[in-house]
Amino acid sequence: MTAVDVSLRKNRRAPDAPQKLRKGGRRRFGADAAALAIALLVAFPLFWMVLSALKPKTALDAGDAAPFTLEPSLDSFMRVLSVNNFGRYFLNSVIVALVVVIISTVLAFLASVALTRYEFKMRTKLLIVVLVSQMVPVEALTIPLFFLLRNAGEAVPIVGLNQLGSLVLVHVGFSIPFAIWMLRGFVAAVPVEIEEAARLDGASGFRFVRSVLFPLVAPGVVACSVFSFISTWNDFLFAKTFIISAQENQTLPMALLTFFKPDQNDWGAIMAGSVIMTIPVLIFFIAVQRKLVSGLAGAVKG
Amino acid sequence: MTALTSAKADVSGTQSPKQSRKPTTAGASRRRALGKRGLEPWFYLAPAFIVLIALLGYPIFQLINVSLYDYRQAQVSGKAPLQFTGLENYQKLVADPEFWSVLGNTVLFAGACVVLTLLVGTSLAVLATRLRPWVRTALFVVSLGAWATPAVTGSAVWLFLFDPTLGLVNKALVSIGLTQFNGYSWTYDKWSAFGLVASEVVWCSFPFVLVTVYAGIQAISTEVIEAARLDGASMPRIARSIMLPMLRPIVMVVTIQSIIWNFKIFSQIYIMTNGGGIAGQNLVLNVYGYQQAFAASLYGLGSALGVIMTALLMIVTLVYLRILKRTGEVL
Repeated sequence: MTAVDVSLRKNRRAPDAPQKLRKGGRRRFGADAAALAIALLVAFPLFWMVLSALKPKTALDAGDAAPFTLEPSLDSFMRVLSVNNFGRYFLNSVIVALVVVIISTVLAFLASVALTRYEFKMRTKLLIVVLVSQMVPVEALTIPLFFLLRNAGEAVPIVGLNQLGSLVLVHVGFSIPFAIWMLRGFVAAVPVEIEEAARLDGASGFRFVRSVLFPLVAPGVVACSVFSFISTWNDFLFAKTFIISAQENQTLPMALLTFFKPDQNDWGAIMAGSVIMTIPVLIFFIAVQRKLVSGLAGAVKG
Repeated sequence: MTALTSAKADVSGTQSPKQSRKPTTAGASRRRALGKRGLEPWFYLAPAFIVLIALLGYPIFQLINVSLYDYRQAQVSGKAPLQFTGLENYQKLVADPEFWSVLGNTVLFAGACVVLTLLVGTSLAVLATRLRPWVRTALFVVSLGAWATPAVTGSAVWLFLFDPTLGLVNKALVSIGLTQFNGYSWTYDKWSAFGLVASEVVWCSFPFVLVTVYAGIQAISTEVIEAARLDGASMPRIARSIMLPMLRPIVMVVTIQSIIWNFKIFSQIYIMTNGGGIAGQNLVLNVYGYQQAFAASLYGLGSALGVIMTALLMIVTLVYLRILKRTGEVL
């Protein structure tokens, strides 16, 4: 894997490279102890989430504060999945996120090819447009998008309000600028010689892009698609605004909120739902973290 | 200035070994092969930019447009004629003390989140350079876990931890003798509610700063530090006069990213304070605009708030672009 590795590569290199900040053993022990304490503190909410999801409902309602449970049960998960139809919402979230990933990655890849491997007059200006549109507070666009989708729905029902298509559409729009910005680095890194060789072998421009360039930047494409996936998966505002009455088209974040009832929160169910919603993101995130981190750093750095 | 640019080159070198393989001067020539081919790049650009124009450009135009109209439920359903009112929505806002208090809340809340995120993130990044590898890996892994947690579930877990009766935090406080926390509601008081949301926000956003600044510190070449040490510079002196200036571009960038992210916070406030707190005490601009539009059906007023929000963030973005340009970024 040609991972663009930030954290772990450094770790591996640590023994032979002289560590610049390393002082005496006791000081280091203090730093290690402090860091471990902080790590425990940071991990605690996630630990508590999983633990509470596994505790029996009676223990939770009695206010059990023990940091362990002797009788783990999957009751909360069953309650979430059966009573509140969480499986359906999970599926909706997966569908929306996957479709967004596919469309936005393909579009962003093509655009980043144009912006990195061609010389043309507007290139720099368009790059600035991409950078600026990353910064647009999309939350502020809820109102115009609401009306846009309402009108669009009359012509093309599948992207109208209350349809999963509406969520797909807005998230494709929001994912593209960052995806272009991130893929730019990966596409630019493919040496020009490869391109010339492909040309000599008679490949057309598009043939080169599809059969040579795309496989070469696949790692970057994966990293960038994970980012689109996560931002779509986590979306709460647009799901709340656009899916008004069609319960069956709700996505996970809104479904989770239905467990919040004044003074009668079913915490076991909320935590179980949270676990179900968090696990996929966690897996993806850790799987691509190195590329994601460098991509982010690259993206914020330019 | 030379220090700045060389630090930057180092940073990009370590972060992307792929990129460092090409000679640094290849910036212009690397594009020559596909080169100038007239309309071809536009075919690649068109799909993405059509989507961007339809889903970002046009909505921004409409946002400004709607903010200039008296646009309420009656106009939406077509029962009343649409009336152009110019800047009236903005005048209403400026005259409304609630708007100013919401703006104040937003700036204070976002400011506190930015400062805390940066403080926690950079101090942990510095701490991380002194750790045994396995401790550092543990710290990074749990931080990535917090980073990856969706805002909605993060808010739910923090709410549970701080629940008045069933929450672990109150129980722990009571058990060490602070009985006034028995049944204490953290969301009842305005500032404790903001504090609760801010701690959730810091929890899930410091990892970005940690990871980025740590990469920056690692990218400072050991030779520079060694040379300074041979010249007799003390450790604090090295930190202040060498590492800090070299890290400045990275710190600037994470600062601006933090400002932008924290200014736009919606989910955490909406969920943890149940839509803006008791009597709207915890409203921030984004939530306020949303409530004006979709709860009170004042779409014109809500759009005006959106425009103000966008304008403020665009100012921050311009500063960001200037910094990028000054650090010699090749676009």
